[in-house]
Amino acid sequence: MTRLMSPRVLAALLVAIPGVARAATGAPPPAAPGARDELVEAEPPPFSPGIFPCSQCHEGTPNTERRELAFHDEIQARFRHDSEHRWCLDCHDAQNRDQLHLANGSPVKFTESYRLCGQCHGDKYRDWRVGVHGKRIGHWDGKKTYFLCVNCHDPHAPRFAALKPEPRPLRPEEMRR
Amino acid sequence: MTERRSLPVLQDGDPGREPDCEAAATPPPGMSRRTFLRTAAAGAGLAALTACNVEEMLRKHLHQLSPEELQALLRRVERKNSERFGRAVTVSAEGPRPGVEFGYGLDLSRCVGCRRCVYACVKENNQSRRNPQIHWIKVLEMDKAHGVDLVHADAYYEAETVPRPGHFYMPVQCQQCRNPPCVKVCPTKATWKEEDGIVVIDSDWCIGCRCCMSACPYGARHFNWAEPQLPASELNPQTHLLGNRPRPKGVVEKCTFCIQRTRRGLYPACVEACPVGARKFGNLLDPESEIRKVMETKRVFVFKEELATQPHFYYFYAT
Repeated sequence: MTRLMSPRVLAALLVAIPGVARAATGAPPPAAPGARDELVEAEPPPFSPGIFPCSQCHEGTPNTERRELAFHDEIQARFRHDSEHRWCLDCHDAQNRDQLHLANGSPVKFTESYRLCGQCHGDKYRDWRVGVHGKRIGHWDGKKTYFLCVNCHDPHAPRFAALKPEPRPLRPEEMRR
Repeated sequence: MTERRSLPVLQDGDPGREPDCEAAATPPPGMSRRTFLRTAAAGAGLAALTACNVEEMLRKHLHQLSPEELQALLRRVERKNSERFGRAVTVSAEGPRPGVEFGYGLDLSRCVGCRRCVYACVKENNQSRRNPQIHWIKVLEMDKAHGVDLVHADAYYEAETVPRPGHFYMPVQCQQCRNPPCVKVCPTKATWKEEDGIVVIDSDWCIGCRCCMSACPYGARHFNWAEPQLPASELNPQTHLLGNRPRPKGVVEKCTFCIQRTRRGLYPACVEACPVGARKFGNLLDPESEIRKVMETKRVFVFKEELATQPHFYYFYAT
């Protein structure tokens, strides 16, 4: 669960966290308990087994025309993310299949997909960076694990599926012996 | 029991000796019948008390213990619990950290009412599983049409899937008030507020009068009406003296913000269990903490604000 990321991704995330970014630019670190420098760790993106790198199948000149694919049936079937207006290559990069791209075309690694999500969901992105949106586990004052957007939300169908609740508590009369 | 302490009432008898049934039948020479009966009755009462740990009931208040006495107490509690469950149990009394005041945030716009937190808490904090079943967290299902209104709240909802349309969910647990009514009413000072904001209970000093339960406006305190049922295999052996150490029958217990975890820097178990990230925890005195960001940027309220309990527990709406 707590697999360490590559140093480059780590650096990218460090910049994304305001407190750490400040420390990196020489400004005084916040006078808070706990070592903030060691607080960043993130879950790897949740690829389906064997699907990555995408270039192992996608090769040659890409067809960039929006269409129903003859492959990726499973993803197409569940795709519900403004599906009326969007399709694969709005986020996936056609030139380098192993990365994503922003709306302006600049590439984004899968491990930094939050930058892509943040283009539209800016309020959530802002909240996520300070820990208000999303989930963190580990230490409240130190090293903790973050989750990327895609660790909790399926990027192809981001709305949470309904959950089966745990059993209700016993009523007092059910506890009498 | 290794060491025996005598009670004043036994001074005129024989404090060093176990009560002996045959010897108790006739008064020793030189003792009036009345004195004898009084002493015998007290002895019988004491014998009954030993079952519920008279040694710990008679010890000094935690605040009056010397460091050596506290260490001895911790080792004693460790030994007793290890014997009771047949497993190694550690008991810590880690104190509050300077400069830390805990705050808890719960995002009502995210909670889906799945009750994962309830059972993570039970597991972490060694609550009795059944008969009595004790849950420190109660998830209330409420109508969106009525808002936060206890008249329309149901803790016993059952559903195939949650969230149910038209409803929202409000988990309630100890609000760790700055002005705690439960602490005011305790006749034995068995419950108090710590520097970091956690309201704790010393179950050795709790006499089970349940005044605190009726004083608490949140229904956050729970009573062990029977011997707690906690299978040894499900015991969490990492315990805190004022938190999740196994409780006996007849004492009150409640949420302590997972004192055994949070004093070590970890998030509470309910925060880690929440599948939708609705639970936030941190140091209110640290301007960079998650809870401070919540309070500075979101719509926040405290439950039953009009009672001026001033909780350390904040509900908020992130959207």
